Amino acid sequence: MTITADHGYDDLPRLMSLMTGDEKHDFAATSTLDVLWVLYDRVLDVTPERAEATDRDRFLLSKGHGPMAYYAVLAAKGFVPEEWLPGFGSYDSPLGHHPDRVLVPGAEIGSGSLGHGLPLAVGSALGLRAQGLTDPAVWVLIGDAELDEGSNHEAIAYAGAAGLDRLHTVVVDNASASHALPGGIAARFEAANWSTSTVDGRDHAALYEAFTAPHPGRPHAVVARVEPKNAR
Amino acid sequence: METMRDRFSAVASRLLDEDPRVAVVLAAIGRDAFTAAARRHPDRLINVGIREQLLVGAAAGLSLTGMRPIVHTFAAFLVERPFEQVKLDLGHQDTGAVLVSAGASFDWPAGGQTHMSPGDVALLDTLDGWTVHVPGHPDEAETLLRHAVAAGDDKVYVRLSLQRNRLPLPVDGARFHTVREGRAGVVVAVGPMLDAVLAATEGLDVTVLYATTVRPFDAAALRRATEAAGTDVVLVEPYLAGTSTRVATEALADVPHRLLGLGVGRRELRRYGTLDEHLAAHGLDARGLRERIGAFVGAGAVSA
Repeated sequence: MTITADHGYDDLPRLMSLMTGDEKHDFAATSTLDVLWVLYDRVLDVTPERAEATDRDRFLLSKGHGPMAYYAVLAAKGFVPEEWLPGFGSYDSPLGHHPDRVLVPGAEIGSGSLGHGLPLAVGSALGLRAQGLTDPAVWVLIGDAELDEGSNHEAIAYAGAAGLDRLHTVVVDNASASHALPGGIAARFEAANWSTSTVDGRDHAALYEAFTAPHPGRPHAVVARVEPKNAR
Repeated sequence: METMRDRFSAVASRLLDEDPRVAVVLAAIGRDAFTAAARRHPDRLINVGIREQLLVGAAAGLSLTGMRPIVHTFAAFLVERPFEQVKLDLGHQDTGAVLVSAGASFDWPAGGQTHMSPGDVALLDTLDGWTVHVPGHPDEAETLLRHAVAAGDDKVYVRLSLQRNRLPLPVDGARFHTVREGRAGVVVAVGPMLDAVLAATEGLDVTVLYATTVRPFDAAALRRATEAAGTDVVLVEPYLAGTSTRVATEALADVPHRLLGLGVGRRELRRYGTLDEHLAAHGLDARGLRERIGAFVGAGAVSA
């Protein structure tokens, strides 16, 4: 088993093609790719060696479908061996079409059913705070259509009221919700006392700036806009 | 008179003092009983408001960071409303919590159907790995709660009720307790059904087992009881009738047996009133139980 870390962004197309079997796959069309890369490459304080450390940063992939970019990033950063990628979705593979935290090293949660990640992230932030672990950040990635699930709105309202300032949500917005939120996605978070940034979800510098913006006393939401799903 | 729920809030508050892993997670309901604990432990007494999906999801998140969450609200809003959170955030995430419900099948009959939850244990029975405690007295509720919190990261359900037996029995968080021994049948009384079962079986030559931990089901105790008392078995449960017939018949799979599952009926009564009136309506008062248990074990004797 070879764990090959220290791959770069340019290695991701090859890693993803190991799963899709399609050399021509338009990897850049994967809505989450750049967000995931910037987080794992420059923002999150977590490594394969620190994957069990109590004070690691937590990243929870709530939008679990289409996880090829996630697995590619985990492979690039050495959490999972590259050899696992070609088996994607097969009976003996730990890598399913939705991730399972019990099977995938580095995956903080299993996902697939939408609307579970943000409440789990709220609980994680509460748990770290209760243990005096004020440094680790908790991140959760959701999709704009996933935001339709009411469980998210329970979590958004509570997290703002509770001032969970170590909680971060990134909403990857490819305009796939059946009914777009009037006033935009960020407005929902702002109304619940979150700090927000809305940026180009393909612009690594802008993503990094949004991810690292200070937000004292409040949770932080980053809306990462990518090309609309139906425009492709 | 002290209720199981009174005891729960007092004991859970003490557990917050004693064990830094413990957190109590509420959805508004029950918060008044934790006012003092909330002052002492503002980071571990968590009230998310009336948000039950978040209640269970956040509890699972707490558990993922190493905490031991105790989650409390009415059974209908703890197990039934956020069932997918129970199934996925605790089950699929392979984490744990102690779910402590109030309200039971019809603790507040005047509140009507929306606050009744006779199906909670049957629903949990579709999932793997749950321990289910059904205390019949506040003392037993305390013992079983302490067992539940101490059970590592297990998934544990503690079903509190206003319905209770007059006196507590020793409970160990695992096994059935033999209350009475006979030779013409075995009656398993679950939690708060015991007093009515004892009254109903007065003069009948049956063994009465008392069950406060129903999952895992103490199959060995049932089998042992049938050796002397025969394999006519009656289950008397304070929730949906027949909830435990599957596990009882599995326990006796290799011997001929007769099985009667008594409990709360499926039909919605659309009645208010009192707990006693609802117990009688479902045939779970001593008179109703006597008729059905007597006919069943009597019929068994004739056919044998």
